[in-house]
Amino acid sequence: MSRLAIQGVGKTFPGVAGGAPTQALLPVSLEVADNDFITILGLSGCGKSTLLRLVAGLEEPTSGRILLDSAPVAGPGADRGMVFQSYTLFPWLTVRQNICFGLRQKGMAAAEQREISDHFIAEIGLRGFEDHYPKQLSGGMQQRVAIARALANSPKILLLDEPFGALDNQTRVLMQELLLGIWERERKTVLFVTHDIEEAIFMASRVVVFTRRPGRVKTELPVPLPHPRPYTIKTAPEFTALKARLTEEIRAEALAAAA
Amino acid sequence: MKPGLFVPVSRRVRIGLGIAFFLAFGLAWWAITASGAVPPQFLASPGRTLAAAWELFAKFGFTYDVGMTVWRVLGGFVLAALIAVPLGIAMGAWKPVEAFFEPFVSFARYLPASAFIPLLILWVGIGETQKLAVIFIGCFFQLTLMIAMIVAGTRRDLVEAAYTLGCSERGIVRDVLLPGAAPEIAEALRQVLGIGWTYIIVAELIGASSGIGHMITDSQALMATDQIISGIVVIGLVGLASDVAFKQLNRRLFAWSHL
Repeated sequence: MSRLAIQGVGKTFPGVAGGAPTQALLPVSLEVADNDFITILGLSGCGKSTLLRLVAGLEEPTSGRILLDSAPVAGPGADRGMVFQSYTLFPWLTVRQNICFGLRQKGMAAAEQREISDHFIAEIGLRGFEDHYPKQLSGGMQQRVAIARALANSPKILLLDEPFGALDNQTRVLMQELLLGIWERERKTVLFVTHDIEEAIFMASRVVVFTRRPGRVKTELPVPLPHPRPYTIKTAPEFTALKARLTEEIRAEALAAAA
Repeated sequence: MKPGLFVPVSRRVRIGLGIAFFLAFGLAWWAITASGAVPPQFLASPGRTLAAAWELFAKFGFTYDVGMTVWRVLGGFVLAALIAVPLGIAMGAWKPVEAFFEPFVSFARYLPASAFIPLLILWVGIGETQKLAVIFIGCFFQLTLMIAMIVAGTRRDLVEAAYTLGCSERGIVRDVLLPGAAPEIAEALRQVLGIGWTYIIVAELIGASSGIGHMITDSQALMATDQIISGIVVIGLVGLASDVAFKQLNRRLFAWSHL
């Protein structure tokens, strides 16, 4: 049985100042199994982030429904952790306090909060930075804390909206390895939105390609590469074949969008 | 050549420059009075003013008047803040609350507090209540609007992040809006306290038996411009001191926002 079921979910935004409404997402259906790592690959503005926000409960779908463990999603909740593209750590809280934010909301005992935050601080390699404020961290470090903050809540599914989009290329690659390592150890269910083809293949067990706006699923491609995946896998023939295939798919959409 | 815009100066240079203008101002004042261009009964010399200040404190118990004035300003200001802070936060957080109060508060903000003095004397007499009420009216509406605006400007992505961490609406007000807006609210309080100082003298000009404003009225009858100027300077100094203290306190309380 699937952990997350997206059934005919579409989204149309009302027109601004009497303008025509914007269709962001055509009805999309998608099944995500337990421990799946799904990347959603698409051009900017294709509605892939909208789909993620719908799953998070930050937007309401115009049509269709979203089921998490068979229960319909209504509004945001701690069972779906989210990492945003923008830096959303609370600037008045330290690294540890940020990671404990969700746990505090639950009213968890301080000792238990400390134990969990210790675990995730180690997991993201930020020991020694527990008492730093977000402004004292680099962008990559901030996003690592954001991942730890979402994971500390032990959500059923982790939603990531181009979390490494604002980072430089080298840092981004390191972050991908880190996230993949965490996923291999913690066995989480992940839905990851990106427009970076290499990133989509490297981490995913399955890549879902979106069409240009209004978005819908164009194709789904399993990634049969073994785990653990070292970064050198990016030069393996299986990897480059997948990359060539996805480049064609995305290029066709980009050309159509530009036309 | 180094570009000159926005280049910070050292603490010593900054303090030195600040004092330099006070000295230049005093020198100009002295030059005007010493040249005999203005008769002393219209403008007392700096030396005369200093002597008058000494006399006021040593012989006429001026310390008591200053104390009374400070207490009135602080009293009215604290009363205004006690209501304006929660109301402003509620207006910033909940749009219906804002829609209900905002038009009236915006209107009331333009009512000059000093124009209420005759009415207030009629309603509550010439006692302390009237003085506190003038300061309250002068501070309350400004403060409410400023705080509502600050809270309404809370970063939406932080609110969304909190929602996905399982935060309730109350939790968001308590753990996101409040701590996030606190440094700016403290800054608004500092500025509005300054406004309070500008109203107090008017309140004390009519029907007061103590306070700096009362002393100024008395001195007017005697054409004692040296005492009047002393009073004005003392207000400036006390205002400056409270401003600096407030600023230091804010820096200490909200160190994270100055990183």
